[in-house]
Amino acid sequence: MKGFLSFVRKEFRHIFRDKRTILIVLVMPVVQIILFGFAISTEVYDARVDIVGNWSDPSVRRIAGRIEQNHYLRVVSVYETVADVPERFRKGLTDVAVCFERDFDARLRHEGRAEVRLLSDASDPNTAQMIVNYVNGVLTDAQSDLLLKDRPEPASEASFPYVQYMYNPSVLSAYNFVPGVMGLILMLVCSMMTAISIVREKEYGTMELLLVSPVRPMSVIVSKAVPYLVLSVVNLLTILLLARWVLDVPMRGSLLLLLLVSVLFILASLGLGLLISVIASTQKTALLISGMGLTMPTMIFSGIIFPCESMPVILQYFSDIIPAKWYIIIVKKVMIEGVGFGYICQEFLVLLAMTVCLLSVSIGLFRKRL
Amino acid sequence: MAVINVKQISKRYGSCVALDGVSLQVNPGEIYGLIGPDGAGKTTLFRILVTLLLPDEGEAEVDGLDTVRDYRKIRSRIGYMPGRFSLYQDLSVEENLDFFATMFGTSIAENYENIKEIYAQIEPFKDRKAGALSGGMKQKLALCCALVHRPSVLFLDEPTTGVDAISRKEFWNMLYRIRRSGVTILVSTPYMDEAALCDRISLIQKGRIIETGTPDEIVGRYPHQLFGVCGEPAYPLLKFLRTCSGVLRCFSFGSEHHVAAEPGVLTAGGLQAAIEGAGFRNVSVRDIRPNIEDCFMELAKENDYGQG
Repeated sequence: MKGFLSFVRKEFRHIFRDKRTILIVLVMPVVQIILFGFAISTEVYDARVDIVGNWSDPSVRRIAGRIEQNHYLRVVSVYETVADVPERFRKGLTDVAVCFERDFDARLRHEGRAEVRLLSDASDPNTAQMIVNYVNGVLTDAQSDLLLKDRPEPASEASFPYVQYMYNPSVLSAYNFVPGVMGLILMLVCSMMTAISIVREKEYGTMELLLVSPVRPMSVIVSKAVPYLVLSVVNLLTILLLARWVLDVPMRGSLLLLLLVSVLFILASLGLGLLISVIASTQKTALLISGMGLTMPTMIFSGIIFPCESMPVILQYFSDIIPAKWYIIIVKKVMIEGVGFGYICQEFLVLLAMTVCLLSVSIGLFRKRL
Repeated sequence: MAVINVKQISKRYGSCVALDGVSLQVNPGEIYGLIGPDGAGKTTLFRILVTLLLPDEGEAEVDGLDTVRDYRKIRSRIGYMPGRFSLYQDLSVEENLDFFATMFGTSIAENYENIKEIYAQIEPFKDRKAGALSGGMKQKLALCCALVHRPSVLFLDEPTTGVDAISRKEFWNMLYRIRRSGVTILVSTPYMDEAALCDRISLIQKGRIIETGTPDEIVGRYPHQLFGVCGEPAYPLLKFLRTCSGVLRCFSFGSEHHVAAEPGVLTAGGLQAAIEGAGFRNVSVRDIRPNIEDCFMELAKENDYGQG
């Protein structure tokens, strides 16, 4: 026990005496959360809208007013010919043009329907999609108001889709990034740092001495893992605090459940790290394997950036073997949807199986000789 | 009974034979030297004895324990200092020592007497990081770490490689002191001059033990007569000597050439006359006693012929 404690103390010394390690372990998570939360957000503020139509048309004016009121949108120009729109896109003066039919108000009044066309500069498809969604929302609202005013009793043809973003009403990207970054950081700290710290002992030859001592390999592994487990929990709490108080991501489910799942995921990551340390013989190799082999696939396949659902089927199957994907799903469910254990049972079991598998394989492979 | 008993050990890495039927016995309380050039298999043999590697063939006992079956028991009884400096560079002298003491279930205080003489020399720097120590001090620290748990057998793999002459001398004095406390020491070195400092030695080359005995015995077994020859220019002289009749071998040893001949065939005077006759300047020829390196060269040749 004394030996174990002294081993853990030694590991902490390694961590705290190396500025780069400290940077990666404690500073990077904060920076990443803030970066992902603020800089890399998919929300669009202040999108510029052109109104193309007759300004004397009362309905056009009413809808333009509504667009102006939406704080994501801003009307920058009003003119009458659609032919001017491409030129304004090319000059970068506007993001979307709302084109009203001739005699919009009159048609609406007499025929009960009139056409609006949205022209979007979709050279940046993600942004265009967002802006069009905003404008559509405004138009849908306006439409429902007009219909209600004209026909007091609710009509069946007024059934246009009414979308409500149940768990993320203002569609904040932080709701997606925070669980993603949690998965990414916990895995990075646990797998990469554990792998590197074990491989460093191999590279410097100290592993030879550790193996020759009466200390059991198992306790070498455990004492290597404990400091990173502690740091991961610190990171986890930091991220959760930042998410709650800086990025306004709610914590709807049970904190205890989230911590339990996180510890499970940390163990899985430790298993991965051990596995890497068995394969790699130099720190560089360990870094490359964890960078290219863990971080990249996690970024791509765990749904942080690209939704898994839009991938080719074969890649979707591939994404299933990435522990972070399951962890992120669970975190989203617990944090954002606030569900209990019953709803994450399946994902939890997958993660548990992976953890057991990774740990037993890597401990089995960990050599007690050179 | 031998403290270290190696029986016909072989070890291969792929097609490369690192050890080829190596046998040796080390008696209690002696400093046993394993002498051979880089790549001779010294480190491989050490790693097998300290239970880090498994031999392909043969078996070995350390302190009466089998290196394969009883590896766990052996690990608590031996001290091992690997060839490369293998301590934590980012920990201080004291932290390193303390860590290795606790790893073996003891403490610096408990065994201070055991390491006092060596540790006293580096204690003034106990708060310095191990990475910032000089070569000689690193070596002392490593030795302290290997000794802190009172091992009965000490394995030192090339402890003096990369250490200056004075520190090397000090180091050997430390080994004698350690021996006095009853510890058996197996030490390897590529430096032939250190061989004479051991109680008994084995010469190892290309994975084979080519000679074993006390340094005096090995020197005594040298079969030829040996002359030390100086002269200018040196390199043509070496080539000339190799063509002289009666000369078996000739090697350059620093400023001198060592010439081996069948006993009684050549005399120093005769050889000097022959060399001066060939036009070399400042010639001096003297009878010399062979050293371990001469023996090694001689035996290495035979080993080569034996293998070829």
